[in-house]
Parts: sequence; structure tokens; C-alpha cells
Amino acid sequence: MTYLVPLPVVMPLLGAALTLLLLGRPQAQRWVSLTVLTATVAVSATLLVQSSLHGPLVVEVGGWVAPLGIVLVADQLAALMLVVSAAVTLCVLVYSIGQGMADGHEETPLSVYHPTYLVLTAGVCNAFLSGDLFNLYVGFEILLVASYVLLTLGSTENRIRAGTTYVVVSLLSSVIFLIAIGLVYAATGTLNLAQLVDRLDTLPDDLRLVLQGMLLLAFGIKAAVFPLSAWLPDSYPTAPAPVTAVFAGLLTKVGVYAIIRTETLLFPGGRTATLLLVTAVLTMVVGILGAVAQSDIKRLLSFTLISHIGYMLFGVGLTSSLGLSAAIFYVVHHITIQTTLFLAAGLVERRGGSTALDRLGGLARLSPLLAVLFFVPALNLAGIPPFSGFLGKFGLIQAGVDDGGALAWILVAGGLVTSLLTLYAIARVWNLAFWRTPHADMPADDDAAEAARTEGAMEPDRSGGRSGAVLPGLMIAPTLALVVLGLALTVVAGPLFDLSTDAADDLLRRTPYVDAVFPGGAP
Amino acid sequence: MTPNLTYVIVVGVLVAAGVTLLLERSLTRVLMGVILLGNGVNLLLLTGGRAGGAPIVGTTEPEQMSDPLPQAMILTAIVITLGMTAFLLALAYRSWHLNGHDEVQDDVEDRRIMDLAIRDEGPGTADTEGGTDDGDGEPTGDPRPVANVVEAGRAG
Repeated sequence: MTYLVPLPVVMPLLGAALTLLLLGRPQAQRWVSLTVLTATVAVSATLLVQSSLHGPLVVEVGGWVAPLGIVLVADQLAALMLVVSAAVTLCVLVYSIGQGMADGHEETPLSVYHPTYLVLTAGVCNAFLSGDLFNLYVGFEILLVASYVLLTLGSTENRIRAGTTYVVVSLLSSVIFLIAIGLVYAATGTLNLAQLVDRLDTLPDDLRLVLQGMLLLAFGIKAAVFPLSAWLPDSYPTAPAPVTAVFAGLLTKVGVYAIIRTETLLFPGGRTATLLLVTAVLTMVVGILGAVAQSDIKRLLSFTLISHIGYMLFGVGLTSSLGLSAAIFYVVHHITIQTTLFLAAGLVERRGGSTALDRLGGLARLSPLLAVLFFVPALNLAGIPPFSGFLGKFGLIQAGVDDGGALAWILVAGGLVTSLLTLYAIARVWNLAFWRTPHADMPADDDAAEAARTEGAMEPDRSGGRSGAVLPGLMIAPTLALVVLGLALTVVAGPLFDLSTDAADDLLRRTPYVDAVFPGGAP
Repeated sequence: MTPNLTYVIVVGVLVAAGVTLLLERSLTRVLMGVILLGNGVNLLLLTGGRAGGAPIVGTTEPEQMSDPLPQAMILTAIVITLGMTAFLLALAYRSWHLNGHDEVQDDVEDRRIMDLAIRDEGPGTADTEGGTDDGDGEPTGDPRPVANVVEAGRAG
């Protein structure tokens, strides 16, 4: 089955080429993208089943033997990430197709949307599958370059302003990553992750700490860890709703994945555990305080995104099997939920004409379906039982209590406070946007909302579009699908937690990964 | 393996100059900074490998070959830097097209919430907002309007 491993990278790239050739034919583009992403979901699911039954699947790209060539490794962690991200990207694609069709975007500038979106998917998959530090860098670059284009889509003034910050910060993190790669290669003479396991162990401690610190810094910027997180709420909210949703779901989690991978495989022993735990609690608390201060739904959600990255770091920093497993579970939960919330925010923007809380009101009565689509994932995010957010946080807090250290207790407290403040922030959105009496400026029914929207009350680049339904079925359906997926995470939480525990154990043992890449022992 | 001192000094100078330019507000200077940084890091990658003759079997003895892998990595990094340069140029041009300048601007929403906090009317307080904003190096405690801050940035 190893021939399946490169497919999540190859298929979207080929699809991107094909959609680029079909520039003038949006209908054909849509079908190509849908087919490719559906196939990616299927392949990823197969990879997950195969890797949990038979151990990590390894492919030597181009037939070059492991330490010389590049390897792609699909172990349980990578496969699990692949499945979730592929499912999420597929839903967001359907949502954006629905939005594009309703707005009548048949031609430019959105004709580059499909190729870029597929390249982004390829980059994310490449980063998850990479068994080589430099290939990981290339994966990051692929997804970042695609994200630059998606973020500045239409190049309106706001997006250019936001894009500038985003591009410069991302470039800086890439440079730091590249420096780290140069140093690792100079110190060890290899970049193959499995080979690095042995070679890094023989290095002096202080040198290892420098390498680890450089990599952590680079990944920390990408994962939006406080104090490296200020770029995120500035840049994400200005992008189109589906773009923000897929960024929020995936891009920061690729950074978290890279942190998990390097902290367990390359630098075990938790020398930076204290650092991780301290940044985790700061990320959680500072992030959520930022969210409380916001008066715009998209910005508020961006801050909760930062805040909840702290939970994942918490699990990684504990370095215990339970902590790591809960962190992996939390990543899966958070990818789904955060994407759903941003999609729902996009629907709120269409229905209410804005995402500013002081201009919204009464949406629960005006559009009950929309209220449900927002309310369920919002409670899930805050960690209300029995949702998966509660289970993930429960696992983390359990792991923190098991650890028993003073810092772990501080984190447990921080985690609980953050959870409560998330509930407060979410409840504020609910009260202001959904419950209070409708604002005088708000469109009274769906037709009025549509009329207000097409008159150019929204962003200028949307005006002149053909009029359609304000909440088209193709936008509701994928949001609903993600809400249901989020609920399904609760239902299958048992097996999923077993899976993440297996993945965490494999990560901590390190040998399954190394043995899979070098069946005859590392050279 | 001992790295070549000249290389190390050149890498240091390039990176230092790159970082200095990156801290500027004008996007064109930021672009220059990115290019310098990229070149500095490429040289660093090169320093990481062994120097020697061309790594082609038949022309050089295996012991005297240079390490080809850093060179392959540099090639990839150069291509990526080239693409990024093109994109940043387009961004700077578009910014100039829209605003008549290519300065990196403050976040409008940040500033709005800051102003609310200063007048103590908003949902936030100066403490929380200032705390989350510390990382991006903007003069957030400063109530001046956006345009003035941009001017100050240019002058500084």
C-alpha cells in the first residue's frame, strides 16, 4: 500500500496544474477540485487504517535509498492529521464554491482560487508526510506561498495591508527555519529525521539546545505561540470567510504538528518542557484576554484560535504519554471546530451584513438555522460537556494533575480559567449578535439582507455580482457537515483517544518511526 | 570540520544588514532586507558542507569532493527567494498604487480598540490590549492617528 503515501501531495499538485489550464472554465475547475479533494480524503483515510494496522508506511521518493533520497513517512500521527485536514479542506471548498456561485464570481480574480487552494492542500499534506527536515521546509514554503496569494485575493486595500504583515512575518520565520536547517546539517551531516535521531543524541548538550531553540522559534511563529502571535489577528480576519476558515483550521496546526514531531522524535527528554509550559499558559491566558476585548466576531475568533494553541503546547510540554495523546486529540478537535466557527462567521456576515458585534442583533430569531450552526461549535470550543472540546480539555487537565508539578498545576488552573473566559467571550457574541433585539440597520428578512448585500453595502469587490440567495444551500451544507463532524468527534471519542494514545506512544518510543525508515538499522 | 572564517563574517554582515532593513517601514527596504537575509542564509548553508572539487564521479577523487547536498538545498532556497521577491514587489507596487506609498500600515481595528480603551468606553482595557500587542513592535500606547505614526516611522 505504500504507493498511496505520495498521493495526498501529488494529486492536489496535478489538480492545481489542471485547474490552471482550465482558467476560463469555472464549472470544470470546480469538478476537478472536488474530485481531487474527495480522492485525498479517501486516500488519507486508507493511510490511517493501514498505518494503525501495519505501522508507519514509508516511501523513498524517486527510488533513492533513505539517507540519500527524501522519504515520505505516514505514521499514525501524520495520517490522522491528513484525514482531518483533508476532510476540512473539502468542506471549505464546497462552501467557497457555494459562495462563489451565489455571488456570481464566474471569472477573475477568483479563477486563481482553485489552483492556489489545491497548492495549499498539497503543501499541508507534504508538511505532514515529510520524513526529512528540508522537505518539511519545502512543504511549509508551498503552503505559505499559496496562503499569501489567498490572503491577498482581489488585492483590496485592507487585504494588502493585512497581507504585508503576514508575508513579512512568515518570511522571517522561514528564514529562521532555514538557518536552523543549515546548522543542523553542519552539526550532523544529515537532514533525514530518522537518521537525525541517532546523530543528534551524540551531539553536546548545549549545541542540541541551540538547534532545538532555533526550530522551536521558527515553528512557534507559524503556530502563533505567544509572544510570537501578534501577526495572526491582524491578518486572518480580512481574508474571505472560507480562506480565513481554512487558515485558522490548518496553518497554525501544521506549526503545532512540527513542534510535536521535533520535540518527540529529535529532541526527547523535555529539556524545553518548562519553556513550553510557560509559553503555553501565557498563550492561553493572553490570547483569551485579547478575545474578550474584541468587538468583531472574526477577530474574536482569531484570538480564541491563538489562545487554544496554548492547550496543545500544554500537552506537548508535559511530555507524558497521556499529555501528548490529549494534545493530539485536541489538535483534531480544534481543526474541526475553529474552521466551523469561521465558516459560521462568514454566514453571519452574509446575513447580518457585518461581523461587528455593535451592528448585529437578533439573529437567533431572524435565522434560527444560522444560530444553531454557530451555537453548537461555540459551546464545543468552550468545552461544555459532552462535546469533544470538554473531552480534550479533560484529558489535558488529567495529564496535568498526574504530572503533579507546581507548573503543571498552574497550567491546570490556567486551562480552566481560559475555558471559562472562552465561554464568556462566546456568550458575549451570542448575546449581542443572536439574542438582543435586532439593530435598526439590520435587514429584516433574507430578501432584504440580499438586497443590502448586493447594493455594495459589503466589500466593494463583491458588488456587481449576480444576485443569489443570501444563505445558499451549498454554504449551509458544508458548515452543517462540519458541525456534525464536530459532534461525531464526541461519539467516536473513545476509539479516537485510543488512536491518539497509540500515536503518542509510538512518538515517545521513537523506534517505530526509525525502524520503518531504516528496516536494517540506521546507517 | 572547521568553517571558513571569511564565510562566517560575510554571513554575519549579510544577516545583520538584512535584519536592519527588515525593521524599516518601507516595503521596498523590507524587500531588500529579505534578499540580503536570503543570501546570507544561503551562504550559511554552503558553509555547512565540505569544500572541495566538483562532486562528479570520474573528475574528482571521492575524498576531495565537495558536499553536493548544501548546494542542492541552496538551489531550492534561491528559487523560493526569487518567487518571494516577485510577490513582495507586486505587493509593494499594489500598495503604492492604492495609497501612494509602500509603508507597512498599522492595523485599523487595533487602533480603534486602543482609542476606545484610552477613552475607557470600549469592551477592552488598555492592559489586555497592550498585552496582546506587545509582540508586533508597534507604538500601541500612542494615541496619535495612523497617518502620523506612519510619518514618524518613515522619519525614524
